[in-house]
Amino acid sequence: MTIVSLGTSPKNSSARGAARARMLRGLLPALSLVLVLIAIAWLNPRAISYFGFSLMLNLAIPIALATIAQMFVIAGNELDLSIGTFVGFVGCVTATWLKDAPLIGVLILLGSIGVYALLGALIHLRNLPSIVVTLGMSFVWQGLAILVLPKPGGKAPDWLLSLMAFKPPFIPFPIIAALLIAAVVHFGLMRTSYGVILRGSGGNAAALERAGWSLLRTRIVLFALAGLFGVLSGMALIGITTSADANIGNGYTLLAIAGVILGGGEFVGGRVSPIGAVLGALTLALAASPLLTFMHIPPDWQVAANGAILIIVLAARVLISRRER
Amino acid sequence: MLKANTDIIRLDGAEKHFGAVRALSGVDFHVGAGECVGLVGHNGAGKSTLMHMVAGTLMPDSGQIAVRGGIEEHYSVPRALELGIRCVFQELSLCPNLSVAENTRINHASLSGFGWRRKAADLIAAKLDEIFPGHSISAADIAGDLSIGRRQMVEVARAFTVTQDPLELVILDEPTSSLDAHTAGQLLAFVRRFVASGKSCILISHLLGEVLGNADRIVVMRDGKVVASDAAKAFDRDRLVATMGGTEAQQRAATETAKAEAGPLRVRARPARQEDGKELVAYAGEIIGLAGLAGHGQTDLLLAIFAAASRAKAGIEVTAPVALVAGDRQSDGIFPQWSIAQNIGIRSLARLRNGLLISPQREAELASFWREKIGIRTPDMNNNIFSLSGGNQQKALFARALGSDARIVLMDDPMRGVDIGTKLEVYELVREEARNGRTFLWYTTETEELDNCDHIHVFKNGRIVANLRRDELTEEKIIQSSFGDAA
Amino acid sequence: MASLRIWLAKPWIWSFIGAALVWLATIAFTGGYGGGGMITAALSLAVFTVIVGVGQMFVITLGPGNVDLSLPANIGLASAVAMKVMDGNDAMIAVGLLAALACGMAIGAANYLLIWALRIPPIIATLSASFIIQSIDISYGRGLQIKPPPGFADFTNWQILGIPVLAILTVLFTIGAAIALQRMIYGRSVLAIGQNIRAAWLAGVNVGRIRFLTYTLSGALGGLDGALLAGYFRGANVDIGNEYLLASIAVVVIGGTSVAGGKANVPGVWGAALFLVLLLTMLNTFGVSAGVRLVLTGLIIVGVITAAGGEKALR
Repeated sequence: MTIVSLGTSPKNSSARGAARARMLRGLLPALSLVLVLIAIAWLNPRAISYFGFSLMLNLAIPIALATIAQMFVIAGNELDLSIGTFVGFVGCVTATWLKDAPLIGVLILLGSIGVYALLGALIHLRNLPSIVVTLGMSFVWQGLAILVLPKPGGKAPDWLLSLMAFKPPFIPFPIIAALLIAAVVHFGLMRTSYGVILRGSGGNAAALERAGWSLLRTRIVLFALAGLFGVLSGMALIGITTSADANIGNGYTLLAIAGVILGGGEFVGGRVSPIGAVLGALTLALAASPLLTFMHIPPDWQVAANGAILIIVLAARVLISRRER
Repeated sequence: MLKANTDIIRLDGAEKHFGAVRALSGVDFHVGAGECVGLVGHNGAGKSTLMHMVAGTLMPDSGQIAVRGGIEEHYSVPRALELGIRCVFQELSLCPNLSVAENTRINHASLSGFGWRRKAADLIAAKLDEIFPGHSISAADIAGDLSIGRRQMVEVARAFTVTQDPLELVILDEPTSSLDAHTAGQLLAFVRRFVASGKSCILISHLLGEVLGNADRIVVMRDGKVVASDAAKAFDRDRLVATMGGTEAQQRAATETAKAEAGPLRVRARPARQEDGKELVAYAGEIIGLAGLAGHGQTDLLLAIFAAASRAKAGIEVTAPVALVAGDRQSDGIFPQWSIAQNIGIRSLARLRNGLLISPQREAELASFWREKIGIRTPDMNNNIFSLSGGNQQKALFARALGSDARIVLMDDPMRGVDIGTKLEVYELVREEARNGRTFLWYTTETEELDNCDHIHVFKNGRIVANLRRDELTEEKIIQSSFGDAA
Repeated sequence: MASLRIWLAKPWIWSFIGAALVWLATIAFTGGYGGGGMITAALSLAVFTVIVGVGQMFVITLGPGNVDLSLPANIGLASAVAMKVMDGNDAMIAVGLLAALACGMAIGAANYLLIWALRIPPIIATLSASFIIQSIDISYGRGLQIKPPPGFADFTNWQILGIPVLAILTVLFTIGAAIALQRMIYGRSVLAIGQNIRAAWLAGVNVGRIRFLTYTLSGALGGLDGALLAGYFRGANVDIGNEYLLASIAVVVIGGTSVAGGKANVPGVWGAALFLVLLLTMLNTFGVSAGVRLVLTGLIIVGVITAAGGEKALR
């Protein structure tokens, strides 16, 4: 990243000081979520309840899953601009093939994860700019979605509907699901020995290659994981909305990038945080509509609110980084 | 036969070319078991290229590599690691986003499965304790948060950790460049213990005292060749310097032209880290040398002066337009898609205009003028810049600066890897331009180039530590000041 | 033979060859019927892609990481601004065009402000900006389907001998852009920055100002495009610019501009825009469904970038 990242690394400060600033930055996602929750509680105390959360966080699960998908791509210093239409495509397959002919449906979804892995390989081998490739793929997924489901409709498989409608005692399902997603991905990417290699490929690819690791393989794995979580996101989405539409996932591309960034991730350098990404997704899910509705902000401005949140968080981060030095 | 078996590694007749540049010409090199080999030479002498071959990151164009007597047909990094040959490169190769323990894991494929984090942390912590007792690095620290010195400590310690692969030979390329005297001493003492236990080490350092005091044998390189290889005891500092420099017959700056009285002030600058009152002052028509070891703040000062020319900056005064001649051509100078003429013209676009448009005719005139004047050897200045040899590319960069309206020319060690013929031509041109009133600030790592300067500032740790007139200039003085230890 | 080889070595020639092949395939299918009309229609539509494509080309030429994702939102907002200012009144056409240009320039300048102040990659800066612009547009132009003044609508559809006047003007504009790129300090500076931003700075290029100008230029062209689109399609609407996100990047890439920066190609933008428009026409003529059309468009972009690949990544 050209001059943008010049001079952001702390050179002379001690590890402790830098660690404190990094912790502060790490707390930013949690802090934004708490702020949004306080605002909601203040505007509408009744929303802070089992029922309220179930309702408000309704769409948080697919957003969180799409954010995790994007996070894997960003961990390898790439960007996926097709994740939204991919989620839409998966949704259409879920509402049609997966219900009517489960075996074929499963094969299609597995195949689409394979396509993601192939894209990773292609991007690595031909040294392609990921944003152009994924921008092209966004058309492919959208077209396939229309072919699968020309008109809005279809129906989610019953097992999926009942899964997403699950009502555990005390804690609303979306919260449990978010915790589960964060825990699983955190363990996989941050704690396992291969997770280290995956993150290292974003941190210093040359060093990794020098130590004998295959960058082709890390890229394939990262893209395949993105595909896997994209599939999960699309399925979860249809489990909630019950029927599909070829355009249903279009907004997720931007939401997912915003979620990763809100969650403390950086575009280069392999610095990502699964827990932060899930928190970022929850913040967006809450801020995007319930909060704004409670604030009587017209729906027109809800998209802008997402953009503004992104800018505010990035600005806050710049301020913290400046203090770091 | 017996000898071959005690050699950890042996290179015979290794050659390497990068484009038109010959980096290594027929080098024989070997390291025995239980031996610490010191490798010295000026920048561009071929040390790094040779070490990349030992580590498996570069293959020689011709010549062969043998490890423990067995010839390696397909030598590579994984093969080198398998054979126990490792390298700590000069550029840091830690992943800044990972912890110290995680960075250790990257070098050990066997650190996996249940409890790997504990194992990796213990492994690196134990090695750090062994090499740098009293260090305050935690295995959980993120590499990017550590100071550069601590990162170097981690990197060195990591190279000495052992899991599955054997450990026979470690290449240390300027391992103490970011360490303070105390930790550097700890490292060198460890190297002695390591070698005493029958393992081997290659030590590359600009600090000749370090090499003289710790190596068993010293290999001196110059211009891509090994020019001396002898027991360390056979060398002293003077012989080492003489062998490295080897410029007995270097023609003294041709004619000592009677210097005109100093013109108006052009530059007054103080390095950011300067604590005493020393500063760099340059008047019109002067050639000012910036000397000292590579990377001790000379380039930083040049860049600060360059930036100050367009935007006022505290502590730096610049009174005329500035141009810079880059030393690192690929990253700081060349526009790879462009022709030679376009590469020369970029600094002078405003003058090449005819109305609103850049005149191709004027651009061609500028280019052909400098082709004659500086002797760029090409049939057509509209050819791509990469059709030129390295020395001629550098001439094009000189033409860019000298052909501009700049009255101050900053030179960032521009003669790296340039052939001697080109050098002599450019020296003459620089002196001529200075006589015409141009000011040159010339950072160089090649001591003989300082003969062209009126005044020399020696840098150490980002500060000016000595200020010499040309008549006071001797190689010993510069080395003394740059190492800061009494010779 | 030699001259043929020189022509084939030009990267933009392929997009024109592609466009010609697509056109031939289509008239072969229709039995030669409607070939001329097809070219007229293609020229009319390609104009809108070319205008934003040129802006995007300058941005992408700035080097890895530079891309303007705010164009669709920009086009949408500018189209609404233009229609509101013109207010169906022929006398206000010039003012409305100026307003759309100003709106686009403001967006471009704001984009660079975000990039510079927040030190974030342009892709995210322009993305977050587009969120906000989109909302402004929705709230500003809601429910208002203001028709363009008749004079303006006629102007955007005006043809001389089957050649749209707008296309002629756009050809002139692209010639100007090509001259600016190769023969003006601005263009040379953009090319230098794209090849090596550090070397450009050290060679005395005012990097900050050139980047600012480039994003502003891209914004201005987006604004102009919005106004023209509203005239051509007889009314502004929020989604009017949506297809120009991919299209603007696609014509740049297909047209032979390097996504690694530092190498731009103006004629290729025209060839690629004609190619894309004719491709859609062909697929429509063949009676292909919308889904297949999208898939093919996407695959062609991936295919072209793969064939042209082997260069540094865009980010």
